[in-house]
Amino acid sequence: MANGFQIVVCASIVPDPLQTLEPAAGANGPGLKNEMMLPAVLDPWAAAGLYEAANLAAKQAGSKVYLVSLGPKAKLQQVMMTVAQKVPFELVAVDGPLGGFTDAQATAAALAEAIAAIPGLERERMLLFGGWESASRGAGVTMQVVGERLGVTDQFQGVDQITVDADGSFEVLERVEGGKHQVSVCAGAPAVLGWATGSLPEPRNNPQVGMANMRGVMPALQKAKSVKLDANGLSYVSVSLPKQQRETRLVKDMPEDEIAREIVAWIEE
Amino acid sequence: MASTTVSKVGAMLTLPGDAVRQILWRFSDRFDLQMLVQSARAVARGPVARMVAAGERNTHEWTPAKAEMMETFDRAGITAAFMEPEEGGFISGPKNLALALAAFELAWVDGGAATASLAGFLALAPIHERGTAEQSAHYMALAAPPREGEERKTMRGAFALTEPIPYVGVDTGMLSGRVRVAEWKDGEEPMLQVEKRGRFITNIACANFATAAVDSGDARIKGSCVIILEETDEGTFDRGTPTKKLVHQLSSTGDPIFSLKVPANRIVGGYVVKDGVIVPNYTHSEVIEAVFRRTRVTVGVMTSAKLLSAVEPVIRYQRGRFRGAESIKEGSLRYDQGIQQREDALQRLVDVWASGEASASLGFAAARLFDELDPLERLKAALMVERGVSGSRAEMKALKESETKALELLNGNLTEERRAELEADTLVQFVLKDAAANVLCPATKLWNTGEGTRQMREAVSLMGGYGITEDCPGYLANKWMDAQLEATYEGPEAVQRRQLTITMTSELFLAQFRGWIKEMRGIASERPGTGACTLATAMTMWLWTLNYTQKGKDADGNKLYHGQRQGVTFALADALCWLLAVRCQILDVQELEARGGDDAVVSEGLAETLQFFSDLCHTQSARASGEVSRICAELVYGYNRHPAWDAEGHKACFLSEELDEYEGFIPGILSVATDVVSEGMHPVKAGPCAGCAGSADFLRLQNKLATCLTGSRLAKDRAAETVLKVMIPEALDYPA
Ligand SMILES: Cc1cc2nc3c(=O)[nH]c(=O)nc-3n(C[C@H](O)[C@H](O)[C@H](O)COP(=O)(O)OP(=O)(O)OC[C@H]3O[C@@H](n4cnc5c(N)ncnc54)[C@H](O)[C@@H]3O)c2cc1C
Repeated sequence: MANGFQIVVCASIVPDPLQTLEPAAGANGPGLKNEMMLPAVLDPWAAAGLYEAANLAAKQAGSKVYLVSLGPKAKLQQVMMTVAQKVPFELVAVDGPLGGFTDAQATAAALAEAIAAIPGLERERMLLFGGWESASRGAGVTMQVVGERLGVTDQFQGVDQITVDADGSFEVLERVEGGKHQVSVCAGAPAVLGWATGSLPEPRNNPQVGMANMRGVMPALQKAKSVKLDANGLSYVSVSLPKQQRETRLVKDMPEDEIAREIVAWIEE
Repeated sequence: MASTTVSKVGAMLTLPGDAVRQILWRFSDRFDLQMLVQSARAVARGPVARMVAAGERNTHEWTPAKAEMMETFDRAGITAAFMEPEEGGFISGPKNLALALAAFELAWVDGGAATASLAGFLALAPIHERGTAEQSAHYMALAAPPREGEERKTMRGAFALTEPIPYVGVDTGMLSGRVRVAEWKDGEEPMLQVEKRGRFITNIACANFATAAVDSGDARIKGSCVIILEETDEGTFDRGTPTKKLVHQLSSTGDPIFSLKVPANRIVGGYVVKDGVIVPNYTHSEVIEAVFRRTRVTVGVMTSAKLLSAVEPVIRYQRGRFRGAESIKEGSLRYDQGIQQREDALQRLVDVWASGEASASLGFAAARLFDELDPLERLKAALMVERGVSGSRAEMKALKESETKALELLNGNLTEERRAELEADTLVQFVLKDAAANVLCPATKLWNTGEGTRQMREAVSLMGGYGITEDCPGYLANKWMDAQLEATYEGPEAVQRRQLTITMTSELFLAQFRGWIKEMRGIASERPGTGACTLATAMTMWLWTLNYTQKGKDADGNKLYHGQRQGVTFALADALCWLLAVRCQILDVQELEARGGDDAVVSEGLAETLQFFSDLCHTQSARASGEVSRICAELVYGYNRHPAWDAEGHKACFLSEELDEYEGFIPGILSVATDVVSEGMHPVKAGPCAGCAGSADFLRLQNKLATCLTGSRLAKDRAAETVLKVMIPEALDYPA
């Protein structure tokens, strides 16, 4: 790969998973109670994509990582205080609404527009990374639509691994049923990769990396374009949280095999 | 126009998040600090919490896991937070607030982890504050974690002042450690022999160097100094046995023995040779004064973190206390609220929370003040050199004029021009901030840790039996005990009270304090409901009492305010701290009100958040006023001898025959006269009611203070409503 990749990672922010998430009706449809006030994190699937992107960029000389994120910019800023410490990237911020209840089509359109406007972005070097789904709502289509809108039709979903060859072609492992992976080889960029978990641990915070990123993060937030996302006729009949189930039984000295058998039986029920 | 109606807003919606804290503690425009906070938090709630949960606190020994924790600090940028960018750090400029924030985050989970990181800074601080340029460059660079590609280990340090009994403890002058000349060849650096034994020295297990306080044991060395000892120096660098401490076990503590030969250029701050005698540029007292001044604030903030960290676990425990019982149906009040159905449970947590907020506000205000003071201090030092002033006494003299100007600035009716001129005067700014810092630092260390420990006990109580087990979420029992160490090391409470005894009576501080009373009245009129008015009255009472004790005498004619009379001076120091803490708390809430609306995250539910924080201020202000009123009343009345039922005492009494006579022309006197002696019999009590000089003024103030408490319990009730209703996360973000 002569000049390296330009890896554009689309990642939204979602409420910290430990928070109490309670659906609540808002003026623009459903949302989460006090969502704006709850601490947020980078969407975990997309975050896996970001770490993989940084890892790939470090190995492919001349590569660069862009992080494109759509959310309320004040919240993006808070999340950046952690994310910016993880890996080097350039932020492209789009100021828009939070949440898992927006229309995926409208979100994808806004992201595609922001990506198309990145100065100096070369399609032939572009890899579009993101999550194959999201912690706030597994619509599972956003990345496909972003790709389509940008005319990138080589698409992979549920990706766990990318291995790049010297000629710029790469092999991708996509999750398929039964804990197996489908192996594909792609001739080269551009392509869309919707990440599952990848295999990299979350990088440690490193304020030195953060300070370097911050030089670009703050201006990016300041000039973030404001977007309104159309509902496109989408409406929700009802929203609810999955009910927590608790069935506790105290047992003593039960052999492991028997425990395993019981769990399997329970799952099959 | 000020409004006196308190709006009816509901309970605060969620626990205050980072965006709120950044405004309250004034770092919303400091991304370096925000990142440090996130980084330290990830370490605290990740690896550190897992160590505590795994029982790593159960051994006094230095374990591989504890050593690994230090490396984790390095990797997360916590160690480098003390360094300048050119030394390997990432924060430019003063770092007091930065270190306070990092310590706050670590202590949120474990005080020992915070101590282990801070002790390294403590070891470096003598070099940083008073070291020569070469010493500073050398040790700061080595103590910075290695950069990428660098093949070396982070150099770690310990600060060795305290010595085995009967030597250095509270009294830091009682040094037994000695430095002597070992060899001194003509034209060469003298070699010194250092003999020092330490007691309770933090980080000793992993230290590669120690900054040790020693006194001269040789006629060729003048006075005391702090000297740098390295593990590779010739002689003995024995780390000693680990201290069997019951607190902060993730940090190492031990009693080392040093017997080492080192070059004289290890004397912190360097030395000069005068008439064949090595004269260190700084005595050990001068060095430790510069060091503790800063590091003590950080310790105070650690205890604040504990109190605030207790809120969420207590709410979760109490709310869910009865869930799962067969008879408690989902949706019933008992199911939803648990112990929180009971008013006392709510109100006690309000007290813990309010104390936590007040102490954090005080601590961070002190840290910020030092951030402002640091560059001024450097400018002052340069000006002194320019003017040829050297030595602390000469400097004090030289600053007298600036002090007069500072008083003029505070008290005078000035022209705009003069005001601008004085405000732009570096030395005027220096003496003002210095006077305030000299009070805020010991106040933070004293009050945050002392009252913090008491309030941690309350928090533990709120968890019932669970509170004093290892399984308690949030490790509250550990934090309770740990807080006691924070009250002890780096100078126990007596040391802080002793310092306040002097600094709180400085004219420059008192002039600022008078200004603060006015400031609180101003806030009260603009924005009633924070308890600022109550506070202003309590501050007036404190000032009145200080003045009274400074002039007054006890029943035996002895001076009341006197360095040796700690019964008076220490009590007034305690009272002052309560006031300073609430003042900072109120100022922080003012800031939130002024700036919260501009932040999209904070502006959600801002009215509710502000109401709650104001109610906490009001609650805390009432508690502080109560303390101050009690302490001052004891001091004003307590040193007068109580009248007895003797001839002298009877002079103040009415005789019943007299009263009968008076009743004729003062109708009603019979019903108000208390001390009536009838047929030689007096009422059943110690003696006639006492009065004392000036008591009328004091009673007027006390009367006023009592009525100033109006509304404070309503505020507490409202705050309790938040404790009951505020949304909390599903689970604590660190393991128990
Ligand atoms: C875990 C731990 C870590 C420590 N780390 C370090 C370190 O890294 N480096 C270091 O040098 N030291 C360290 N210390 C020592 C610590 O600073 C001292 O314990 C502390 O200064 C008090 O000294 P002392 O224990 O000798 O108390 P003492 O001097 O014996 O005082 C005991 C008590 O007597 C009273 N008292 C004493 N003098 C007065 C007075 N003048 N007026 C009124 N009351 C008085 C006070 O109540 C005081 O608390 C550490 C201590 C501990 C426990």
